[in-house]
Amino acid sequence: MQWYWIPEYAPRFIDGVIVTLQLLGISVVLGMLLAIPIGLVQVTGPRWLAIPARMFCTLIRGTPLLIQLWLLYYGLGSLFPMIPEIRESFLWPILRDAFPYAVLAFTLSVAGYEGEVMRGAFRGVPKGELEAARAFGMGRFTLLRRIWLPRALQNVLPTLAGEFVLTLKSTPLAATITVFDVYGVGSIVRQETYRVYEPLLFVAAIYVCLTAVIVVFFRWLERRVPRPA
Amino acid sequence: MSLGAALVHFIRWRYTSGMDTDKSLHRSSAEALVVEGLHKSFGNEEVLRGVSLLANEGDVLSIIGASGSGKSTLLRCINLLEQPSSGEIRIGGEQILFTTRRGHRVPADMKQVQRLRTRLGMVFQSFNLWSHMTVQQNVMEVPRHVLGVSKTEAAERAEHYLNRVGLWDKREQYPAYLSGGQQQRAAIARALAIQPRVMLFDEPTSALDPELVGEVLKVIHDLANEGRTMILVTHEMKFARDVSTQVIFLHQGLVEESGSPRQVFYEPVSDRCRAFVSSIH
Repeated sequence: MQWYWIPEYAPRFIDGVIVTLQLLGISVVLGMLLAIPIGLVQVTGPRWLAIPARMFCTLIRGTPLLIQLWLLYYGLGSLFPMIPEIRESFLWPILRDAFPYAVLAFTLSVAGYEGEVMRGAFRGVPKGELEAARAFGMGRFTLLRRIWLPRALQNVLPTLAGEFVLTLKSTPLAATITVFDVYGVGSIVRQETYRVYEPLLFVAAIYVCLTAVIVVFFRWLERRVPRPA
Repeated sequence: MSLGAALVHFIRWRYTSGMDTDKSLHRSSAEALVVEGLHKSFGNEEVLRGVSLLANEGDVLSIIGASGSGKSTLLRCINLLEQPSSGEIRIGGEQILFTTRRGHRVPADMKQVQRLRTRLGMVFQSFNLWSHMTVQQNVMEVPRHVLGVSKTEAAERAEHYLNRVGLWDKREQYPAYLSGGQQQRAAIARALAIQPRVMLFDEPTSALDPELVGEVLKVIHDLANEGRTMILVTHEMKFARDVSTQVIFLHQGLVEESGSPRQVFYEPVSDRCRAFVSSIH
């Protein structure tokens, strides 16, 4: 085992960790913002919203993330340059980069999986608690904001911790579309130093640390919210 | 004169002739809640078949009857947790407006329904406290986020009403850590904190262990004594007899007997009512 390369590549690993955390953080936040309405409309929405929401979840959960990622980046991403309006628009610098495609793919993935989780979470809130809110004159939006959503999130907090850890560990897929996350930096090290296992072990250790951070954060969050009855 | 109106006059007469002077200080004859000709069907089953009732300010109206007689449905129709198939409801003189949408009778104006609901303090059989909030947050929630009162005032109300039901020292607890009796008292404080015109109790002690019933009934009894307007659906016959100004005996979705507690419990006209209340003699 030889670790002489660590100091040399340390700055790039730090950049890689930042990219990984950005990818995870943005995807989880945007994905959850989508997952909440996707779960909600399946429980309470009209059919013309519930059916597409269910189809979206089935589609996302039924296809490999790698394929979604490639279809978005190599498919959609190679269509755009053919359209002059897009090439000349102010969006082009963003659309030319790989990172936004990774964020989009991971966001949709989180939305699909967590939309299903949120569907169960909304359904699991006792009807009586919602009825009490209605009986006191609470409107639909206030009820969602004050009672239904917090109550649903409380139910699935432990599940979400596990889901986000899984999302973290699928982020190396982004390296296949030239996003240099922690794993991508590890690959560079392997190519440049011809060391095979050390960079892999080092990258694995970084993922363990990141997982520990997520787990500890959710433990703290769980302690702050009361256990459901 | 319709039967319903005749009944209303009769109840008014019984009530005004029978009341003692002490309680009358708190009472005026203003109507707090009126239900007229209420029908409710679930599919083909008609649960309520034309029920009318009137509660004036300060009345304590108990609704008794066997399981399935429609008591709880009647109470749930009053604040529109169930939609009545027909009939009128007036809360503090304001009539709830209905319209027909796709063959169903629905409230015409949900804003009106929400406003009128804030005048009705509902207490449920299974408490239905919000389990992600402390007792104090439960009591402050509706004043803060529905009625829009200031945080200071909501906190003052919470302190006042939690003291009232003897739970101020439990204010930081979550409902899951309270006994059934404590949860129901917290639920009563939550309903009182909206300062409703009428309190609605839907079998408030039915889900409680026998040894916890007393503490909840005592709170309700105190509320009755201070002249609060209340509609009480209950299986506790002795309690209904002691706190009520009027009692209604429901049978198969109809008012079978109604009047003062003395009349319903000791001089009922209906045989069914006599058989039903015989348990307390």
